[in-house]
Amino acid sequence: MSLIESTNKSPSLLQTVWLILQKDLRIEWRQRARINATAFFAILTLLLFSFAAGPQAALLEKQAPGYLWLAIFLASVLALSESMRLENDNEALEGLRLLSTTPLAIFLAKAILNSLMLWSLGLLLLPLSIAFYDAHMELGLHQAALVLFLGSAAISAPGTLYATITSKLQAREVLLPLLLFPVLIPGLLASVKAMTLIYTGDPMQQLPSWLALLFGFNLIYWIVGGLLFGRVIEE
Amino acid sequence: MTFVFNKVIPFLALGLLFVGHYMGLFVAPTERMMGDVYRIIYTHVPAAWICLIAYTLSFFASVYYLIRNKMGADTFAEASAEVGVVFNAILLITGSIWGKPTWGVWWTWDPRLTTAAIMFFAFIGYLALRRFITEPERRATWGSVVAILAFIDLPLVWYSVKWWNSLHQLQSSPQTVDAAMVTPLRISAFAFLFLYIWMVHVRYKIGVKRLALEQATPAPLAQGATP
Repeated sequence: MSLIESTNKSPSLLQTVWLILQKDLRIEWRQRARINATAFFAILTLLLFSFAAGPQAALLEKQAPGYLWLAIFLASVLALSESMRLENDNEALEGLRLLSTTPLAIFLAKAILNSLMLWSLGLLLLPLSIAFYDAHMELGLHQAALVLFLGSAAISAPGTLYATITSKLQAREVLLPLLLFPVLIPGLLASVKAMTLIYTGDPMQQLPSWLALLFGFNLIYWIVGGLLFGRVIEE
Repeated sequence: MTFVFNKVIPFLALGLLFVGHYMGLFVAPTERMMGDVYRIIYTHVPAAWICLIAYTLSFFASVYYLIRNKMGADTFAEASAEVGVVFNAILLITGSIWGKPTWGVWWTWDPRLTTAAIMFFAFIGYLALRRFITEPERRATWGSVVAILAFIDLPLVWYSVKWWNSLHQLQSSPQTVDAAMVTPLRISAFAFLFLYIWMVHVRYKIGVKRLALEQATPAPLAQGATP
């Protein structure tokens, strides 16, 4: 079923989200150069941190979770602004709105796409950060994957909203991080803390509270994002 | 009403500011532990209160704009946020000056300090964004969305940093502070409140005039000239 065919019988929210997501994933796959460039930018950032901290293995190992998240954060600005620039070319977003879609469906599809992209990036950077910084993971891979997923989703909900706003403005390169980074601080803090516990072990059982904070952050921003997105894209 | 806003409130603001700070500097007793350094609270604490009030009102005005689409609400939200940023800067600077002799550091990653700093940058972002949008309705809508997103972050920032690290002393209440110290603090707080009302009123009037200028027909067209 395509978006055009679906106009006869309106599709459910989930169907619409899935259709838009499919479209975006296809575009991303066909233009792999963009994903690759973002990934290499993030890997380069990981390398740069080790130059800034000097070749002290102990220090690098201690800071590994923080550097991993900072690399994802910096790369997220590129990924987010690119994902919305795509919709502004040839007024594609307008076309999407004219089909039987709702702003909520567009928001969810875009935010899920960004979450998946950042999550994949995180999963790629995790072994690299372990290799570069000689770090060890005390807890399991599934816990690391969960933290990476929740952190990526935390960036994506407000990130999609801000990227939509700034993508049409002249100073978007400066404005997106200026708006996004302050809001993301609780998400960053919780992600780094949770990742640190995964690297160093969690004898005090602190991981669940940081995961709960990340989950709460996600809940708030996904709901508010869904509510406000319609106003952001209205003409 | 104009008389109240143009004469009474500025007079009250400046008068109470003088009385409150005079009492704070010369009448209030010296604090036993911190000595005279503590006297900065007569600027620092009221600045914190007013800053929080300013952002809260900006948030509610933004919500109101999104519901009712009244440009006046957005103009007020911007005015309040801008004045809030000024008080926020005062808060951060006075806090830092007080922190050095008391804690031995200019800056520390305590929940209150960190939240104040993040609040500052979040609302600077809001004001910066508005400068880049020329269309008034769009500026108001996008501005409101950003103000709401920034404001709802505050409790999250506060709790996350609190779990992360904590050093700031518990906030004082009239029960924990000597009466001779409370009176100048109350006077200063009212002084800052009147200062806030005065500044927001002036900034709101500027906002209304700017908006009228933006929405006015360009002069050559109004005179019937062909473009």
